[in-house]
Amino acid sequence: MQRWLFFFCKMGKKSPVLCIGEEQPKNCFTELQVLKGHFDIVRFLVQIDDFRCASAGDDGLVLVWNVETGERLQELRGHSQQITAITTITCKNEVTLNTSLITASSDRSLSLWDPDTGNRVQTISDLHSSVKCLLVLERLCVWLSGGEELCVWNRDFQLQCQRPNHSDTGITALIELPKNYIAAAMDKKISKSTKYGKLCQHFILTVFVALDSCLFLLCSSDGLFASGSHMGELILWNATEWNLLAYEHILWEESQDYNQTEIRMGAPKPSEMSIQHLTTNGNLILAAVGSGLYVYSVQTRSVVAYRKVAHDSNVLHTMLLSDCELMSCSEDGSVRMWEIQDLPLPAEPASSGFFGMWSFGRSNKQSGPPSKKVIDIPNIRMLELTGDLIGHSGAVQMFVSFTEKGLVTCSADHLLILWKNGERQSRLRSLALFQKLEERGGL
Amino acid sequence: MIGSPDVVAFAKEDEYGQTSPDPWPLPEEFSVPLYPLADSNPWAKTSYAKFTKDFILISEFSEQVGPQPLLTIPDDPKVCGTFDLNYFSLRIMSVDYQASFVGHPPGTGYPRLSFVEDSRVVLGDSKEGAFAYVHHLTLYDLEARGFVRPFCMAYVAADEKKIMLQFQELSLRFSQASECLKAGNRRAFAKELQRKLRDLEYTHSVLQREEGLQREAGPQSMYSAHAVEKANELANVEKSIFEHRDLLKQISSYHRRPRRDPHAVTCQKCVDECLSECEELLNKYAKIAYPCGYSEKAGKGEDGQGHPRGQGEDDDDDEEEEGVKRKLSYTPQLIKAKSAKCFDKRLKTLQELCDKTFYEATVALLKETERSFRGDLCYLYTRRLDKALQRKQRVTAFLFEEDLSEDDEDELGTLRPFCAVNHAVDNYVLLNPPPIVLTPEPHELDALERPEHLDPASETSVTQESELGLGESHLESSPSDQTLETQESSEETKGSFSSDKSGVGLAEMQQGLVSMKSEAPDPDPDSDLTPDPNHNLERESSSEEMETTAGEDEGETGGHQTPVSLLEVVSELEANREEECEGVSGSELLAPIDTACCMAQEGFLYEASAPEAVPRLCQNSHLQPSQTLVVNQEPQALLPLQDDYTVGSPCSESPVTGLELPSGLLGDAVSRTSAEDGSDCTMSASTGSDQTASPLGYGAVVTLRQRKKAGQGALRFVRQYPFAIQALWCLLSGRTLVVLGADEGRVRRLVAALALFVPAPGKCGERVQAWLSCPFTLTDLQRWKLIGLQRVASPLGSSMLYSLSRYSRYISILDADQTTLRCPPYRGQLLTNIADHRTYIRRGSTYFLHLQSTLCHLAAKAFLFTFTHHLHLPVSATEGPEVVESRRRCFLQEQLGLGEEDSQILLYLSQLITQQYLQPNGSSAAAPSFSFNYTTSILYKI
Repeated sequence: MQRWLFFFCKMGKKSPVLCIGEEQPKNCFTELQVLKGHFDIVRFLVQIDDFRCASAGDDGLVLVWNVETGERLQELRGHSQQITAITTITCKNEVTLNTSLITASSDRSLSLWDPDTGNRVQTISDLHSSVKCLLVLERLCVWLSGGEELCVWNRDFQLQCQRPNHSDTGITALIELPKNYIAAAMDKKISKSTKYGKLCQHFILTVFVALDSCLFLLCSSDGLFASGSHMGELILWNATEWNLLAYEHILWEESQDYNQTEIRMGAPKPSEMSIQHLTTNGNLILAAVGSGLYVYSVQTRSVVAYRKVAHDSNVLHTMLLSDCELMSCSEDGSVRMWEIQDLPLPAEPASSGFFGMWSFGRSNKQSGPPSKKVIDIPNIRMLELTGDLIGHSGAVQMFVSFTEKGLVTCSADHLLILWKNGERQSRLRSLALFQKLEERGGL
Repeated sequence: MIGSPDVVAFAKEDEYGQTSPDPWPLPEEFSVPLYPLADSNPWAKTSYAKFTKDFILISEFSEQVGPQPLLTIPDDPKVCGTFDLNYFSLRIMSVDYQASFVGHPPGTGYPRLSFVEDSRVVLGDSKEGAFAYVHHLTLYDLEARGFVRPFCMAYVAADEKKIMLQFQELSLRFSQASECLKAGNRRAFAKELQRKLRDLEYTHSVLQREEGLQREAGPQSMYSAHAVEKANELANVEKSIFEHRDLLKQISSYHRRPRRDPHAVTCQKCVDECLSECEELLNKYAKIAYPCGYSEKAGKGEDGQGHPRGQGEDDDDDEEEEGVKRKLSYTPQLIKAKSAKCFDKRLKTLQELCDKTFYEATVALLKETERSFRGDLCYLYTRRLDKALQRKQRVTAFLFEEDLSEDDEDELGTLRPFCAVNHAVDNYVLLNPPPIVLTPEPHELDALERPEHLDPASETSVTQESELGLGESHLESSPSDQTLETQESSEETKGSFSSDKSGVGLAEMQQGLVSMKSEAPDPDPDSDLTPDPNHNLERESSSEEMETTAGEDEGETGGHQTPVSLLEVVSELEANREEECEGVSGSELLAPIDTACCMAQEGFLYEASAPEAVPRLCQNSHLQPSQTLVVNQEPQALLPLQDDYTVGSPCSESPVTGLELPSGLLGDAVSRTSAEDGSDCTMSASTGSDQTASPLGYGAVVTLRQRKKAGQGALRFVRQYPFAIQALWCLLSGRTLVVLGADEGRVRRLVAALALFVPAPGKCGERVQAWLSCPFTLTDLQRWKLIGLQRVASPLGSSMLYSLSRYSRYISILDADQTTLRCPPYRGQLLTNIADHRTYIRRGSTYFLHLQSTLCHLAAKAFLFTFTHHLHLPVSATEGPEVVESRRRCFLQEQLGLGEEDSQILLYLSQLITQQYLQPNGSSAAAPSFSFNYTTSILYKI
């Protein structure tokens, strides 16, 4: 315990914002390609298959990229306004799997695209409201769009049923639950609707009214799902009974030490404690809270590891690569890779790597020591920074991992960056070289 | 009348072929032969000539004033100095061995054009200290005597050896220029003929009308003297029309005759165009003229167009009457008037004789020729050797060598016919490359004996023509050609090579009225036979429009590229001119910069050679009368000079002062001495006489010169900064180096110096950004490997510094103001050779050469590494990537002896080579990838 406190004090004093420095032996992304094509903020990335991904953003463009080469394969034009949601839908033919893209835009239209040809296969315009989220239920061959109303569509873009919403803000997230239920996150509540086949009987069960707007939903393993709210509440639900299983209120800044809050000049902004993103791999739930990260174990119903200040500003997207590796991206323009380590190692000395000549630095937020409430939790492990990817000059909105093929990040600076393993790439290039050599029959 | 010029036979010297066999012979193209005359001083020769450097002289044999110089290239009076151009013109024109035959041979009806091949001769004037390659050519001029105007182009140099040994190349270049001139001339001639024909037609019609009126006036005047005169006049005009038509046929048949000249490669497209144009003209005038010519009826009313009869019929002097059957035998009066006029009429200038486009293109070509032959033989040879070597390493040459691609073509073995109107690239002909000639080796003869490599198109046309012309009377334009042809008939086809058109035409006339259709079977399938409807209008173009005719004609025949091509030509020419100006000014600028010691060296040279030159000159002039014919022997002025500085001739055992050029293996000497101080005075001394342009950088004008200049900066950098080695390592291992500073000049200088170390800088240095004053982004880092960045104290500056710190992992920062360097540590040994701040190299160009050799060495290693299969890929299926990795590391460390950091250089170079190999022109749809690694940087201070 002593050690812990000491550690955190050290962290707080020397480097509240982590800086790993330039030596990153565990970071394998040693090559990058900058993909240009968008004219505005790129907000969404979607993996089409194992070598293609689609990006969409505020310019209404959807671009399809080859991740292996970095080529732009298709340019899907059609939306006049920013894209609000994008997802893939897979049609199973006899032989082939056909993946299409569904996009929703602020121009109140929905489109189905063929990423192979770049054609707009289907389109629906003049919806009552713009769609904010999409959910594809492959099993039932339907897909749902959520906005101010909840609509169910079949594969041919025919409206199956529609359900107007009572709330102002509309549905922000949709997940599929067992027994043909879906859960929709709406302002301040989670609704559940079921439908049986195409009969579309609905009933809504308002389970819980959160303190603030409920933002993120995610389906966890067997019979559980979780939701997170702007107030930093993380709630685990039973998916069949719809009752609350666990409640965790993550309050970074609710420090018992009153002095600290004074130093922090006022109350924390809501964004600093709101859950920005939730993700899970079944065992762990990763919540991005403000600029921090919070790993929660489903089995033990307890916090596994956390890092209060993982980024310089809000974390926008996270991903659990495995049970001990995770990745996060943030408004500060960086992507960071973390490892959950058992023993807290002494903090690395902050790299005083910069010249004296530009000794201005970023105004680093001084933040207080973490709340004792969290520290009190036993068996806590360490969230250790193993590498960061710096390249974007704007907020990194999202990233998609293609495992060994690389990582695609999209950002507010209109760029996508393809991060790759340099060694693998060089091996591939050598292979290509010798192939070409063989084709030519010599130099 | 003319003191017999020293005509030098171009013969090979066999005795040099028999050197003792080398046990370790280099490949032929790399072997550096002994300097051909081992006992001669290669640099002393220029000293006694009256001109300062080599130049190209164009002279003509004017029928009015005799030989006269027209222009020199470069067009600078300083070049020729006190050299008497008039006298030299006389001499070079007096050795015209073109087998020219002027006028028409007996037995033919019309004046014939003589198609003569150019002649080449090497001429020496030991008194003047001038030697010249002389290229004679003949242009056609309707107003000239015998329709020909003899010209010659001469490459005048003070070094005989240079001319002799560069004969092939000179011949090649001048043939190109000559072909270009002649092509333009044929065009202009055809135009002139056409104008003339139109005038004649007009005259004819007028006369016919008059005659008709007379006839109507009454039979009593039928046989009056006036009527007879009119009839005579008319007949005369008709005859003249026939003659001119025949001339047109002859000129259009120009291309069909076989060329004996191996170097006479013409642009096939030009030929086609010219041909079809002539066909068109022929067709047109055939249609108009024959009916009225033979029928004697009223003219067809072609009088609506054309000028009023100008110099209508006063042209052809000696006429003979056999050809045309209805010819009256009398001599026109106008002959006298014309021959009297011969001396007051103004002869056309060369520019008028050729199309303006062609003329300018020729001049540009000659300028280029002059430029490429600057420097002395030794320099030319080493440069060419250098290029030959570079060409061998195509895969890696992009890394550190300057781009060769421009001046590759002519030396690479694809001899492209020079085309004034800039036709597409597809029509070049593959020829053997002109061999590098330093010693007169046997392969010179080979080069001479390869006339078989004519372009296939002309070959086919020849054969076709021979088929066509088989049954026809054997009429050759020039008897000498004819005889030679029959001798050489083994070359191509056994048929007779008559000039097709004239043959056909004559046959027709002899047979009387044969249908016009017999003209139609045209050997050239491509030519457009249908006359353009707009043609007449077009033809009205008066002489002002003549300038643009090249473009117009192209438009008429080619149809689609009229204005563009002309514009292109013009703009290209202009660009050339500009470039030239730049080159000159650049060289002037450069000369003083070229470091104090360099100046001193050259001063030394001058002191050494100049005083010697004068007495030699006197001595030589004394000797001159006794020297009889051949200047093949050396002017004896040279031997004493060797006491002053030795050029490594084996006979002189006392190498005295700094200039030491061992005469063994020259390449070895260069590489050996390049490490020493002052060795590059071989370069500067080699052309000690022409100071204005330093010898380096003739080929790639700007870049190499800049690089040489940058060598000084790089040397200064290396000597000045103890952390230079780290900076160089950053650049060579692909880590972007940012030079930060407030003073633009200083940053730019540093960047220019460091740009030498940027691998694959691109043709125009795309990977280097000399001065940037805005914050950069990641894409900039990806694009540029060396950036000069402005340090500003403003909000903009802070955002720039922010980007610096943000991307600090990708860059190294050299602070020019505080002289610090922040970069990963380098502990390797590989670069100590070029980044030793206690180096003994004092001169920039020396350092540049030293650097070049080191970098070349690196590139070779990288090449080996890249293309060694087992270092990158598993040998067997069971091997994992780790095995390969360890093998690679083992190779780098143990076989190449490279440490961790040094390996990074090689890996980066290898990566570049791979990319270049996979995408040769660097163009792919995908974004370029940017590699980096995560290492800690440290700060180096002075």
